[in-house]
Amino acid sequence: MSDLNKLGLAEARDALRKGETTSVELTEACLKAIDAADALNAFVHKTPEIALERAKAADARIQEGEAPAMCGLPVGIKDLFCTKGVASQAASKILDGFKPEYESTVSQQLADAGAVMLGKLNMDEFAMGSSNETSAYGNAVSPWRRGNDDAQLTPGGSSGGSASAVAADLCLAATGTDTGGSIRQPAAFTGTVGIKPTYGRCSRWGVVAFASSLDQAGPMTKSVRDAAIMLEAMCGHDPKDSTSAELAVPNFEAMLTGDIKGKKIGIPKEYRMEGMPAEIEKLWADGTEMLKAAGAEIVDISLPHTKYALPAYYVIAPAEASSNLARYDGVRYGNRAVLEAGDGITEMYEKSRAAGFGQEVQRRVMIGTYVLSAGFYDAYYNRARRVRALIKRDFEEVFAAGVDAILTPATPSAAFGLGEMIDADPVQMYLNDVFTVTVNLAGLPGIAVPAGLDTQGLPLGLQLIGRPWEEGDLLNTAYALESAAGFVAKPGKWW
Amino acid sequence: MSIDQNTAAKVAKLARIKVEEDALPALAEEFNTILGFIEQLNEVDVEGVEPMTSVTPQRLKRREDVVNDGNQQDKILSNAPDAREGFFAVPKVVE
Amino acid sequence: MLDLTYELPKPKVIAGAKHDWELVIGMEVHAQVSSKAKLFSGASTKFGNEPNSNVSFVDAAMPGMLPVINEYCVEQAVRTGLGLKAEINLWSAFDRKNYFYPDLPQGYQISQLYHPIVGEGEVLVELGDGTARNVRVERIHMEQDAGKSIHDMDPNMSFVDLNRTGVCLMEIVSRPDIRGPEEAAAYIAKLRQIMRYLGTCDGNMQNGNLRADVNVSICLPGAYEKYQETQDFSHLGTRCEIKNMNSMRFIQQAIEVEARRQIAIVEGGGKVDQETRLYDPDKGETRSMRSKEEAHDYRYFPDPDLLPLEIEQDWVDGIAASLPELPDEKKARFIGDFGLSDYDASVLTADVESAAYFEAVAEGRNGKLAANWVINELFGRLKKDEDKTITDSPVSPVQLGGIIDLISSDAISGKIAKDLFEIVYTEGGDPAEIVEARGMKQVTDTGAIETALDEIIAANPAQVEKAKVNPKLAGWFVGQVMKATGGKANPKAVNELVAKKLGG
Repeated sequence: MSDLNKLGLAEARDALRKGETTSVELTEACLKAIDAADALNAFVHKTPEIALERAKAADARIQEGEAPAMCGLPVGIKDLFCTKGVASQAASKILDGFKPEYESTVSQQLADAGAVMLGKLNMDEFAMGSSNETSAYGNAVSPWRRGNDDAQLTPGGSSGGSASAVAADLCLAATGTDTGGSIRQPAAFTGTVGIKPTYGRCSRWGVVAFASSLDQAGPMTKSVRDAAIMLEAMCGHDPKDSTSAELAVPNFEAMLTGDIKGKKIGIPKEYRMEGMPAEIEKLWADGTEMLKAAGAEIVDISLPHTKYALPAYYVIAPAEASSNLARYDGVRYGNRAVLEAGDGITEMYEKSRAAGFGQEVQRRVMIGTYVLSAGFYDAYYNRARRVRALIKRDFEEVFAAGVDAILTPATPSAAFGLGEMIDADPVQMYLNDVFTVTVNLAGLPGIAVPAGLDTQGLPLGLQLIGRPWEEGDLLNTAYALESAAGFVAKPGKWW
Repeated sequence: MSIDQNTAAKVAKLARIKVEEDALPALAEEFNTILGFIEQLNEVDVEGVEPMTSVTPQRLKRREDVVNDGNQQDKILSNAPDAREGFFAVPKVVE
Repeated sequence: MLDLTYELPKPKVIAGAKHDWELVIGMEVHAQVSSKAKLFSGASTKFGNEPNSNVSFVDAAMPGMLPVINEYCVEQAVRTGLGLKAEINLWSAFDRKNYFYPDLPQGYQISQLYHPIVGEGEVLVELGDGTARNVRVERIHMEQDAGKSIHDMDPNMSFVDLNRTGVCLMEIVSRPDIRGPEEAAAYIAKLRQIMRYLGTCDGNMQNGNLRADVNVSICLPGAYEKYQETQDFSHLGTRCEIKNMNSMRFIQQAIEVEARRQIAIVEGGGKVDQETRLYDPDKGETRSMRSKEEAHDYRYFPDPDLLPLEIEQDWVDGIAASLPELPDEKKARFIGDFGLSDYDASVLTADVESAAYFEAVAEGRNGKLAANWVINELFGRLKKDEDKTITDSPVSPVQLGGIIDLISSDAISGKIAKDLFEIVYTEGGDPAEIVEARGMKQVTDTGAIETALDEIIAANPAQVEKAKVNPKLAGWFVGQVMKATGGKANPKAVNELVAKKLGG
């Protein structure tokens, strides 16, 4: 079989079981593709030895029978996950050379299931960004290009490397994390599938923390079925994470019947934003029709506090980040600045953090520091948490009224060019997350499904938001949408 | 709420990030842009609404009082920029 | 139960150059919880190991690490609260206190600012002179301890050991009810005693397991009473906090020194700045800890890695039911049941081990006699023997009880008993057997005593005459009889006989 790297998880799994291929073959195909794709700058730490070692072990295990679904499947791991003995830098200079002595729970679960780690994937520094332009490793580049244009495009962020790698078939799937949309937005930009589960489904232990009450890990894959398979392997209660839910993980793949007859799909009017591009509007309307045609009942709903989600997010996330990133101080690990004679501990902190953190990270840490500071705590942080409670309540009321899932656009546009937003003020960049942040604030599961192409041939995605803990149901609705949309486009190989 | 250069400098200090004097005006402006955006939150009627404390309410998990960790000095120090005789060495702290 | 009533102690007065001043003191006591593992990590709390060897990745604040709470630490905090007769909050939460310091790896300390686990309680502080004050406790919360920074190992570098990072501390906050240095020392001593009784903190101040931040302010006489009436703090002076005190002696010195410093400022027309200070025992002064520009903005916010802590009333009731008899109750019982003095009862109940020892000795015996022997003989002897504690006593309660029984039955005299005690202490053995073996029984046979006395009288006629004139000299004869009988004569009997024979 040629082009083994182009397979999805489900197909490869089946091929392995049938003996049509081996994990080593799959892995070698991916490694070859990775080596030929430096121009995408998706993989920033390659781990071919570990990959082949695990592939061989996986093949042996498959031979013995009873191997888990993910066994032998080569995947990429976002640089935000701590992987033992392998550089884990959160794409930051401040963690230059950091090799953890421990493995994140999620990547350990994947390894225990026999998955093969190809390497670490590029991302926005400390997961703060929507375009993978803040990485210490340099930009990740989307495999997609506009029409005849050879301008480099963003794969989205923060999980830009993951999205790029999956879309370019450098791996069969990848892990991502999502705090305000960092799985869903890049998935939408690259025509791939990305799901952020309910807050607490996946363990955060060993994942470099950005905003503790918003971060969640999730899979980025080539199909909804693949997402179901990989999500199941990543989820599960972790006693080392106090926010991890003590709930059994269902067999998500088994719930993909494609039957959504009678499901109520909510269309929230507040997501129709002023100045929304016509293409996005049309995609949303088309998606709605597809679900209707599949037997779902379409319901107009209201989520009144939607417009306050982005400002609330930009208080809460930076506030938590300012505290979570205080540990990067040059004392126990990571980069310590070169000091001058007479520099004491304060100078060490200030210089190390100034040199180690990029501009966006510095900005957010400082905003976070400000909104928590004396005199402002009530006005900003507490108020934002109250608004957050209202946003969550909006969703609860809608679900209580019988809505099963909510359909919205995933992004306000298709992927833009790298460097195109360099002169924009920070808020312009933040607007990329306008459709996705509500989901993190409410702790709900959300998935991006590729639904169409824009006039320049770039992918556009739709987002489905589900009920808490009902990822299976959500995946099934996404499965129906995916089938109806019939998105099969792949980027033309220019790298 | 507007941030001036002084406040920006104080915030940078509080966050232990060295910002050069000539970079302060731009930083203050960025802050103001972001804070201007956040001001919208004041439009919301939050009367009687409790600030959200936990995303997924559940009973806080407890651990038993057993020693099952530590005893790994080498792993704790392995990534240290400056470790000496089992300690982390840092520039002198003046109390 | 005996209800002990005390008078309030008089507040300490310090004479300034212009006025008399009173002190107002509040204390924040940090007590390290006795537990095997830390508050949010499974590393050991044991003292004295190699640096950075009791450290988990969570304690070292490695990327991606998360806290999980040790239930036993919660239990210990609840237990302490119950021991201070305090309200237990069934719902409490954790907040992050953010600041940068090399021994604070996370860059924040997990604490409980807004919703502590224990609310209002009180501590009876006796001053040993018949006065006592009820010092109110405002709250107790749990928090992580920081590591240790060593600044004197190298001229240019400080060295950080994280072994202590993450150990559970209880912060016990008092109201500003304390009115003098002695009261302050007595307050912390009482807290220590209660926690040692409960087994929630070993109170080892040398190791830093118990330390205090002392808030001191001054006011003119009468101002404090106004504050008490109105609860308006403006009647009180600006307070300064003296941090990290782990010696009772230094706490008292520091309070005195700080009060005088503030008095000098105010009398000189200045204002006391609210600040954190450190006590330097060598220089005998307090100095400001942080520069004035540094604002203490801890940016407290609820820790998003932890959910609120909810405990059940049943669980609290179970802990309450398992509380041991506390110092106040035990002391009252000793006074009531054994007829001991306040002082003796205090000494014996200073720690559980001493109290238990005493009770074992006093069982079925004269309480006052038992108290006397335990306090004056045993404790005294242990102190001379390298300050041994009661748990290391070479004399068991059974042995000591045996000695007391021999006295009570008149088998030996008090003096002989002391010799016997020393023998048992250094050589061990059963007191009764030793007395038999060494013929230490006192001579009560008046016939034998009389014979010895007659011999002495006969041999010393001049003394006899002198003694008839001056009865005090009779003591010489008593001494001679004791000598003649090898110290074994019953002193009471000798005294009676001498008086009879000489008295005329």
